[in-house]
Amino acid sequence: MAEKEYIYFPGCSLEASAIEYDMSVRKVLTSLGVKLIEPDDWSCCGSTPAHSVDHVFAAAVAARNLAIVEKMGASTVITACPACLSAFKKAHHRMKKEESFKKEVNAILDEPYNCGVTAKSVLQILLEDIGPKAVAEKVTTDLPDLKVAPYYGCIINRPPEIMEFDNPENPVAMDNLMEAVGVKVCDFAFKVECCGAAFGVAKRKMVNELSSKVLTMALDAGANCLVVTCQLCQQNLDLRQDQINSTMGSSFNIPVLFFTQVMGLTYGYSPQELGIDKHNVNAESLIKSRRPVEERIKEEQEKAKEKKPKAKKAEEEES
Amino acid sequence: MEPINLTEKTDWRFIDQVKKESGQDPALCYQCGNCTAGCPYTKYFDFPVSQVMRLLQAGQKETILNSRSIWLCATCEACTTRCPCEIDIAHIMDVLRIIARRENYVSEKDVKKFYDAFLASMKHHGRVFEVGILMGYNFKSGHLFADADLGPKILGKGKIHFLPTRIKGRDKVAEIFRKFQEKRKNRG
Repeated sequence: MAEKEYIYFPGCSLEASAIEYDMSVRKVLTSLGVKLIEPDDWSCCGSTPAHSVDHVFAAAVAARNLAIVEKMGASTVITACPACLSAFKKAHHRMKKEESFKKEVNAILDEPYNCGVTAKSVLQILLEDIGPKAVAEKVTTDLPDLKVAPYYGCIINRPPEIMEFDNPENPVAMDNLMEAVGVKVCDFAFKVECCGAAFGVAKRKMVNELSSKVLTMALDAGANCLVVTCQLCQQNLDLRQDQINSTMGSSFNIPVLFFTQVMGLTYGYSPQELGIDKHNVNAESLIKSRRPVEERIKEEQEKAKEKKPKAKKAEEEES
Repeated sequence: MEPINLTEKTDWRFIDQVKKESGQDPALCYQCGNCTAGCPYTKYFDFPVSQVMRLLQAGQKETILNSRSIWLCATCEACTTRCPCEIDIAHIMDVLRIIARRENYVSEKDVKKFYDAFLASMKHHGRVFEVGILMGYNFKSGHLFADADLGPKILGKGKIHFLPTRIKGRDKVAEIFRKFQEKRKNRG
C-alpha cells in the first residue's frame, strides 16, 4: 500500500483525559500505512466555550490552527475529536462564505487564514481515502463476543451542509468500519441523540439522565458495548457510568470503546497498547475470547468436512 | 405563557439585532415544533426552543435573555438539521447566549462559570488544562467537590496531568483574547 501522510490535530483532551483515543488512532493508522504529522505548536480549537462568547473570536482561535496547517503547505487536516472538527469546519465555512467575516477574524489573528484547508475526521479518511477493503485486509483477530452499538453523538455529522460527511440522521460510517473488521453491529436507534455534551461538570444530573437513555437504548438493541467517535461521549457514558447508576438507580455495566480501539483489537494490538485498561468500565469479559482469524477459518473448514457426508446423504435421500 | 401585548411590548431593535448577528430570519418560522420534538433538552428548558423562536418573533428580549433555555442548549444541531424552513436555529440560540453574556443576563451561572474556567485555561496556556479547569470551576462556583468522585477512577491511568502543557505561541493565543476585547470596547 502506498504510504499516505496527513497533518493530524490531536486536540487538548486527546493529550490528557482521552489519551487512549490518541493512542488507538495512531496505532490503527500506522498499521494502515498512514504517517501522521502534528502541526507545530497547535493551540486549543475553542470548542463550545468560545462560540458562547462571540463568533469572530471562536473562528479566530480555531483558524489560528488552520493557518498553521496552511503554512505547512497542506490542504487537509485530520482530527479524531468532533469538537475540534466542528470548530474548524464552522470557522472555515463562514470565512469562505463571508468576506467581511473573514476580514474581522484575520484582524485579530497573528497570521491570517486564507481558507485553504479542509478539516476531516479520522473516521472520514478511513472510509473515503483508505476504504473498507484496505481496512479489512489488516484484520488478524476475531472478537466473537462483541456486539456493538455505534454511537455517533451530535456534531460529527451535523449540520450536514457544514460537516459534509455521512448521513445526519442515520450515519453509517462507523457501522461500515465495524463490519469491515468483522465485528457484529446492532441496529441502534439512538445513534445521534445527545449524551449531555459539555454540561457534565455544571449540570451533572441532566447529563446523567441523557446518557442513561443512550445506554438503555444500546442494551435494548442487543448490544453489549458501545463504540464511539467522541471523547466527550465516551467520558459521559463510561467515566460517569457510576454517577449515572447512582442518579438513576440503575446498574449499567456496559463498556464504551473508541471505534479505533475496536479496530486496533482486530489488528492484533493488546488492550494495553490501545489504552482500553484506562476506561472506567472493564471490557475484558467481552474481549478475552479474541483469537486469530486463522483459528476460526480452520475450525470452519473442519466443521464443513464433518458436515459433508451428512449433507450428501440428505441429498441422496431427497433425490 | 402569559398573554403578551405586542403593540406595547415588541422590541423591534432586538429582533433586528438578532437577525443581523445571526444572519437568520426568525420570521420564517411557522411554529411546526419539529425543533422542540427533536431537542434532547426540552425537558430542562423553561421555554422549549420553538417557543424561544416565537418569543423572538414577538421581540420579547427580557423573557428570552432571562431564560434558562439559552444556556442549557448544547448546540447539538438537531433543530438546525431538521428545520423545514432551513433556519439555523442552533446558531440563533448561540447568538442569544452571546447577547445574554454581553448584556449580563446569566440565568445559569454555573454553565457560564464552567465556560469561563475553560477559556481562562486556554488563554493562559494556549491549550486547555483539564485539572486546572475543574479546579477553577469548583473554586468560582463554590461547588468545591464537583466531580471529586471521578478522581480515583482516573488516577494512576496516565490521564491526568498535574501541570499544564504550555505552548510556545501561548502569547499569540492570549493576543487573540486581547485584540477581541479591544475590538469590543471600541465598538462600545
